[in-house]
Amino acid sequence: MVRLKAPSFSKTMLMLGMLFLYLPMVVLIVYSFNASRLVSVWAGFSTKWYGALLANEQILSAVWMSLRIAFYSASMAVCLGTLCAFVVTRFKKMRGRTLLSSMITAPLVMPEVITGLSLLLLFVQMAQLIGWPMDRGMATIWIAHTTFCSAYVAVVVSARLREVDRSIEEAAMDLGCTPLKTFFVITLPVIAPALVSGWLLAFTLSLDDLVIASFVSGPGATTLPMVVFSSVRMGVSPEINALATLIIAAVSVIAFIAWLWMRRAEKRRTRA
Amino acid sequence: MTKKILATPLAERVRAVVFHRRVVFGVPFAWLLLFFLLPFALVLKISLTSAVMAIPPYEPVFRWVENTLSVVVNFGNYLFLASDSLYIAAYWGSMKTAFLATLFCLLIGYPMAYAMARAPKHWQLVFLLMVMLPSWTSFLIRVYAWMGILGNQGLLNSFLLWLGVIESPLKMLNTNFAVILGIVYAYLPFMILPIYTNLVKLDIRLLEAASDLGCRSLTTFWAITLPLSKAGILAGSMLVFIPAVGEFVIPELLGGPDTLMIGKVLWEEFFNNRDWPVASALAIVMLALLLVPIVLFHRFQAREMEKNG
Repeated sequence: MVRLKAPSFSKTMLMLGMLFLYLPMVVLIVYSFNASRLVSVWAGFSTKWYGALLANEQILSAVWMSLRIAFYSASMAVCLGTLCAFVVTRFKKMRGRTLLSSMITAPLVMPEVITGLSLLLLFVQMAQLIGWPMDRGMATIWIAHTTFCSAYVAVVVSARLREVDRSIEEAAMDLGCTPLKTFFVITLPVIAPALVSGWLLAFTLSLDDLVIASFVSGPGATTLPMVVFSSVRMGVSPEINALATLIIAAVSVIAFIAWLWMRRAEKRRTRA
Repeated sequence: MTKKILATPLAERVRAVVFHRRVVFGVPFAWLLLFFLLPFALVLKISLTSAVMAIPPYEPVFRWVENTLSVVVNFGNYLFLASDSLYIAAYWGSMKTAFLATLFCLLIGYPMAYAMARAPKHWQLVFLLMVMLPSWTSFLIRVYAWMGILGNQGLLNSFLLWLGVIESPLKMLNTNFAVILGIVYAYLPFMILPIYTNLVKLDIRLLEAASDLGCRSLTTFWAITLPLSKAGILAGSMLVFIPAVGEFVIPELLGGPDTLMIGKVLWEEFFNNRDWPVASALAIVMLALLLVPIVLFHRFQAREMEKNG
């Protein structure tokens, strides 16, 4: 009988690794309540930086801009990424499939400066040739984010598509369903959880992107990471600590809900 | 006769399936061709032009004047990159930093992934979410957190001074050490996840067989577990190494004036010097250097996505 318990070395590493991942975030949270501007001085508990954050018009309008771009990008990326996942997992003999699968995996690792630069050059060239886009801004960021987020959605959805029992789809087709109807009635409900997690992943990726957005944006569109970046370049800022705390809190709540939901799904699966 | 066959429901259905397949394939294909592949061709084209003070700030390659097509190809940017030691040093610095960061990610990430894969089922889910959660918060803010920790008046220096370990603050922020630490911190989840996915699928019976045949646990690890997790290690390493080579935010925020990394140099050429052709040439050379790792990663990922069942 083999002992399946992890050796103590790897267990220790797991604990230390988790500490490494979480301590810096704890530090940010603690210092967002520090009354002093300095990191080294604790001047008492205060929530004044949250007040300052909520009064900062520039940050608030950037948040709104980023949320809108992330919403549109994630929605479009789910559509494109799902189509790509279908081609990669189902259409084994399609011509051009190899090219498509290269184009969908490359954005996962492509350095952001290259993606950003190349898309900007495309937009500049397009503006010269067809007169669009004259001003870069929300639309160009939307296109850029959709493109790289689709790759992540395709990975998430194709993992789920592989597990779909195809005999049900075939039965529906044999009974006279069109492919489109089969997709909406049979396949879509089965892969819906993957679409939701793909959408959420794309949403956070789009919200988070600084480099690509900086390249393809114009003077009209400033996203949240751009504002944060120009502020932290100058050094530590307590308002940004407050913002970080709010972001971490929001993500933790969503992760907790996801955990509850996944645990329930797993329990249901083991019972069945 | 032919008409009759085509009119049968089966033929109609086959045609419908073919049509749907074309749409499913064509839409994302056209999008990616236009917004992913074509832009690279443009980068290549503009890297072969020379910079001018104009909008856009480069000379056209193709010119049509008086019924004559003239093609002006300028290799000057590439020669310039090769002649200036700054750029060579930046490429070398990026490669070295990314390699070291990948190595540390692997050394920390592998044992973590191993412990996760061997944990009880309900704990696996918790650990998995805990590893992913940081990457769902802001990347920028996680890098920024280290500025407050590593600074001369930062948390770590204050703590060490208070302990009496050091007399005067250590310079940690704005060094290459800080850059590597930042990359390891930011990219660690991308190393852990593929290795975990790989280890969790490992057939336990192989380990049992090895143990039954008298293999000691460390030998089993070297002979069975490690070789079987090769694909996960490769994928994780590429997911860290390739983006780290082109990293801009981390060297900008945590690095110092002597931190030479190509992503930062490209950014400065583009935004500060407004030299688009040189920035494009830098991108093309970076892409050429990363071609082998990207192809390796693609082959792994394509296999993962196509696998059935």
